[in-house]
Order: sequence, then C-alpha cells, then structure tokens
Amino acid sequence: MTKTDESGAVTGTLTGGPRRRRFRPAVPLPLLLPGAVALAFLLLPLVALLVRAPWSSLPSLLTDTQVWQALRLSLICATAATGVSLVLGVPLAWLLARTKFPGRGFVRALVTLPLVLPPVVGGVALLLALGRNGVAGQWLDAWFGITLPFTTAGVVVAESFVAMPFLVISVEGTLRAADPRYEEAATTLGASRFTAFRRVTLPLIAPGIAAGAVLAWARALGEFGATITFAGNFPGRTQTMPLAVYLALQNDPDAAIALSLVLLTVSIAVLAALRDRWMTAS
Amino acid sequence: MKTRSVRRTRRTLQVGGASAVALLALSACSSSADDSSSTTKPDTSSTATPKLSGSITVFAAASLKESFTTLKADFEKAHPGTEVNFSFGGSDTLAAQITSGAPASVFAAASPRTMAMVTDRKDTAATPATFVRNQLEIATLPGNPDKISSLKDLTQSSLKVVLCDRTVPCGAAAQKALDAAKLKLTPVSYEEDVKSALNKVVLKEADAAVVYRTDVKAAGGKVEGVEFPESADAINAYPIALLKNAPNPTVAKAFIALVRSPEGQRVLNAAGFLKP
Repeated sequence: MTKTDESGAVTGTLTGGPRRRRFRPAVPLPLLLPGAVALAFLLLPLVALLVRAPWSSLPSLLTDTQVWQALRLSLICATAATGVSLVLGVPLAWLLARTKFPGRGFVRALVTLPLVLPPVVGGVALLLALGRNGVAGQWLDAWFGITLPFTTAGVVVAESFVAMPFLVISVEGTLRAADPRYEEAATTLGASRFTAFRRVTLPLIAPGIAAGAVLAWARALGEFGATITFAGNFPGRTQTMPLAVYLALQNDPDAAIALSLVLLTVSIAVLAALRDRWMTAS
Repeated sequence: MKTRSVRRTRRTLQVGGASAVALLALSACSSSADDSSSTTKPDTSSTATPKLSGSITVFAAASLKESFTTLKADFEKAHPGTEVNFSFGGSDTLAAQITSGAPASVFAAASPRTMAMVTDRKDTAATPATFVRNQLEIATLPGNPDKISSLKDLTQSSLKVVLCDRTVPCGAAAQKALDAAKLKLTPVSYEEDVKSALNKVVLKEADAAVVYRTDVKAAGGKVEGVEFPESADAINAYPIALLKNAPNPTVAKAFIALVRSPEGQRVLNAAGFLKP
C-alpha cells in the first residue's frame, strides 16, 4: 500500500518543498518513549541470557546426547503439530469466515479458548478427554488399543491443541480481508465451491497461511505446560527442549541457560529463513 | 481550545491513574511481606508473656502443605497479632528464590541437599535442624488391581509406572531405593515433582508411582499405598532453618519451636511423617 502511494500518487503530483515538510514529521515523544521502553523490556532478558551464559563450559554442556535428542524431538513434534494444525485448522478457518451458521460467534470464541487457558489446565483437560481413562480416550484404548499419554504422538496432540488457535485466527483474519468476489466469479464460471477454494482462495491467502503456520510452529516449539502434563517427561520419547530446560533449572542452572541458547538460536535461524522466503511478500 | 486542553488533561490523568494502578498491583506482590511485618504495633489484648506480633513468611517444601497449614492455625491462635504466610513449592525452586533475595524468614526443605544450597551461600542465621523424615511408598490405583506388593513388581513391562525426575528429592530417593534393591525400572515418565507423579495415578493414567508416604495419605482414598522394605534405604531428612535478614526473627523462632515441639510433631506424624 505505501509503495503505490510513494511511487504513484506522491511523486507524480507533489514537488520539492511541501513534500519535504509533509514527509518528515517529528516522531511524537508519547509514542517514542513507551516504544523504546517496550523494546528494551523485550530485549533485556535475552541480553542477560547471553551475558550470564557459561561460555567456557558451553561445549561440554552441549555435547550431551540428551540435548540433541530433546532438540530433535522438539523440531519433529513442532513440525508435526503445525502439519496437524494446517490440515484441520485451515478448513475450520474457512468455515468460520465464509459460511453462516447459528452460533458462529460462540464457536469462534471456543476456538480461541486454548489461548487463554493456562497450558497446564489444557494438559489436564486433554488427559480427561484423551487419557487412558478419558471421555473419548477409553474408547480409543478399547477399540484400537491406542493410548496417547506418555507417547510422542501425545506430545504432538498437546502441541496441536495450544498451537492450532493461532493458525485458525490468523487464517480467518486473512480470509475476511480477502475479497470473496474472486471465489464467486469462479463459481459462476462453473467451478465447484471446493475447486474455487483450492484454485482461487488458497493461493490468495497463502501469505496469511504461512504467517499462521509460523506462529503455530513457534508456539508449539516453546510448549511446556500441556506437554509435561499430558505426555509426561521421558528422554527421547516425550522430553522436548522446554521440558529439558525446566528440569535442568532445578539442579544445574548453567545447563538450562545453555539449552535455552540452543533453542533460541535454532528458532531464530528457522524464523529468519522462513521470513526471507515467505513473509516479506505480505 | 479550552475544551481540548481540558480533555487532554483528563486523558493524562486517566493514563497516569492506570499506570499507578498497574504499579500498585506490581508492588503488591513484592512488598506484602515487609509491609505487614513493619506493622509491629504492640497488641495489648494478648495475654501471653512473650509478646509476639507481626507476620513472617515461611518457604516450605510442597509435601509440608497440609501439616504446616494446620500448624499455622495453631500458632496464630496461640499468638494473636501474628500472621504466618506460606510459599509452598519444590525445595530446589524455593532455595533458588532465597539465595536471590526473597524476603523469607524460615526455610523448611525436603532434603539436606536443597538446604545446603542456602547454607552454602551463608543465607541461614542458624544451623539447620532436622525436624521430620519422610519415607517412600508405592501409590497404586484404588484397590490395587495389579496386585503390586513389592518394588520388584513395578518392573513388569505391562505396568505404566511414573517416577519423579532424578533432579527432585523424591526422584533421587526412588533411584536410591532401586539401586539398593539392584532393580532396573523404566518408567513411562519422569515427573517434575512428587505431586504430579501422584496425580498421574489419581487420574488413572499410570498404574503406579513411587511417592512419599505423606502424599499417599494426603490423597485420601484416591490411591492405595504399598510399603516396600527398600524405602528404608532412602529416607529423606527435612531440615528447617531461620534465615539471615529474616523479617521478624522472634516470631520466626517461635514458629520453628512450634514445628519441633511435641505438639508440632504430633501434627506432622498424623500426616505420615517420621520422627527426626
């Protein structure tokens, strides 16, 4: 939007003096000060982590196989949870944005519920629902012999539960902002509604889906409460990076800092790579 | 012109008010301990000879929650004008909070190792004293459907067993007991503290957990306890100590005295703790 303003309207009509005055307004102090405080507030803990990092013992702390096991599990589970969220969440976002049904506002509120629920409570709720003795879980166990708690699949379930709302909200917002007339044009030209979704809507909202997927992935990667409550903690099976950090904090804070640095580096690297590829387009 | 400036001042007032409220809310958490401790006005209504007043904050291991809450009621009744506040949690976490300057008067830890984290930093005012000991027990589902009668029974691969993580006292003790019995046990999960290990059995997600006797007792009928002889090799001693820079040290000393008195021991024994 700003690009077209500058290149088209502005340079075409205005010249010299008045433009300079218009386009260099002083930054208002009431915005600058809190903004700077906010930035410092967000950055200071990260700087402290770097300042107090046990740099000399870092190599020995990081060569522990348990660290890489936890990191690998974290990346696999967060990616799988993002996949689950995409497959189930995008259709849900479409239903919320493009169809009318009674109680739609209520359903939307329900979708955002995991956002406000403390993750530990989410984990307990998952146990009550999908646990061995849970409302739905007892049938899973009796009919298919599947029990989710204490398994890697359980980690993916817990992470999907907390991450999917981020994707649904992000995609739904993009869908609402997108012009429905493109889809309508496609359907009047004979495409079925599903074809229109697949060939017209999906490419149109791809940046929104990518942004939602990145958000969901980041949330899943940092997930702690629901995971430790629902899936437990066993190295190599359900012990993700945040769990390893928390337990290391109990008796070896230096190891916890080292683990946090690894998680931080990996997530910054992944997010930066994704940003270059997808996010700049939007 | 005039209305605008009026509106602006009103808005700044609102903003100022909002941030003041936020600041108050923030400071309320940190200052509550010293605030109430500073109100050491003599209470004339109390007839007890050593006149105690003011409030103290006791940092205590999570397993002490039920018994210390009972003792608090006894203490405040015996010394009107005093107030005992608690922060219950994992001993490791509490020790870390104390060494970083939390305004606590008394620390009651679940293991000598976690108390040592505080004494090593010279943050205690006196040598810690052991006031109770705690023994491990197996918590099984109500009615013990899997017929678990010994530590060895837990090694069956068909059973889902949870242990505490080795970094917390109950996990370290469980490992000690398993080593003493020369058993190798692969649990489905290493839980972050004793209460979450217990809760996995309460929720029937695990078949058994190795927890403290006091936890089995506190859970009531939701789990069934099974004693095992190897637990004698892994008994945890609970030390208690007055902290350096303790707000209201006289009240703190009186509370420690109550915990160690026959009356305090009676309450603790009823909860399942062993004598020191």
